[in-house]
Amino acid sequence: MGAIWTVLLGASLVAAAVNGRMGALTAAALDSAAKAVTLSLGLAGAMALWLGLMKVAEEAGLVRALARVARPVLVRLFPEVPPDHPAMGAMLMNLSANALGLGNAATPFGVKAMQALEALNPRKGTASDAQALLCALNTASVQLVPASVIALRASAGSRAPAEILGATLCASACGVVVAVLAAKALGRLFPAPAAEPGAAP
Amino acid sequence: MIRAALDVVSTWAIPVLLAGIPALALARGVKVYPVFVEGAKEGFATAVRIIPALVAIFEALGMLRASGAMDAAAAALAPVTSALGLPASVLPLVLVRPLSGGAALGVVGDVLRSEGPDGYAGRLASVMAGSTETTFYVLAVYMGAAGITRYRQALPAALLADLAGFAAAIVTVRLLLGGP
Repeated sequence: MGAIWTVLLGASLVAAAVNGRMGALTAAALDSAAKAVTLSLGLAGAMALWLGLMKVAEEAGLVRALARVARPVLVRLFPEVPPDHPAMGAMLMNLSANALGLGNAATPFGVKAMQALEALNPRKGTASDAQALLCALNTASVQLVPASVIALRASAGSRAPAEILGATLCASACGVVVAVLAAKALGRLFPAPAAEPGAAP
Repeated sequence: MIRAALDVVSTWAIPVLLAGIPALALARGVKVYPVFVEGAKEGFATAVRIIPALVAIFEALGMLRASGAMDAAAAALAPVTSALGLPASVLPLVLVRPLSGGAALGVVGDVLRSEGPDGYAGRLASVMAGSTETTFYVLAVYMGAAGITRYRQALPAALLADLAGFAAAIVTVRLLLGGP
């Protein structure tokens, strides 16, 4: 990630020099940094709410019951995660919230799942195969109803704002299939460094 | 019919969960209030913990957008992508979608306004925006929350999935809604 990040910064510098936009760069960097904080703090409320609720569901045994229902699919996707691990419940909640288009609820569950998977990760600080796959699944949208796009179409005076539903579902499905295949296949090209017991993450 | 059912599900799901889970837990003898507060504390701490990673990613993406690099890339790619069925007006969406959800919706709004929502370009932009996600944001939040700095195959896999989604959008719009 260090290399990609540095390349992005370097490319911005070069492009700004070529386009004569150097003045806008400082403002953009500072504005973006401020926006990152606003966004995280905006997320804090939703995060606290949903993880609080999740804890309640966990104590009541609901998460484990849900995870048992989805076990056949999740076990095949994440063979290295024990079927009864808390990560399974969190991943299930994350993927179903995504499918229903509840983005605010999906993120806290996904974050919880990533942290639960990190507890299983022998190489702290380096993504495990399961973590890479979960991220890839979340970046390939599995939303059943793209509400914001439909709203945008309606406000632009479309005759049939929701006519894109079928095509969107098919395209999403392609993205999800490629996400799973790529995360599985590319894992071998990005070998994780050997586990260092006791090393700081 | 199906759409109406989905509408009901998406408006009822959250309130029912918010009230239903504590009610079920209480019936099972869980001390719901202290347990909720404990979980909420964890959620708040996580939101604060992702700030540094999010600042790093947003800074780089913000600078990239302001530098005009995306416009230059769009100009260079336009002849190739037009031949592949991707109108020049929709091309910026492909470049911006993984970086910023807000900017992507901005491009979609622009295409819908300038080319109409019910033409090929408008439909394609809608499907592309609806079938992909803001990849870099998702990665920054999820990886940052778990304290991960080496993403391994996550970034290439996610970008390949985006690419597949865009390509599939061109095919499905042509097949299901009609070509240009």
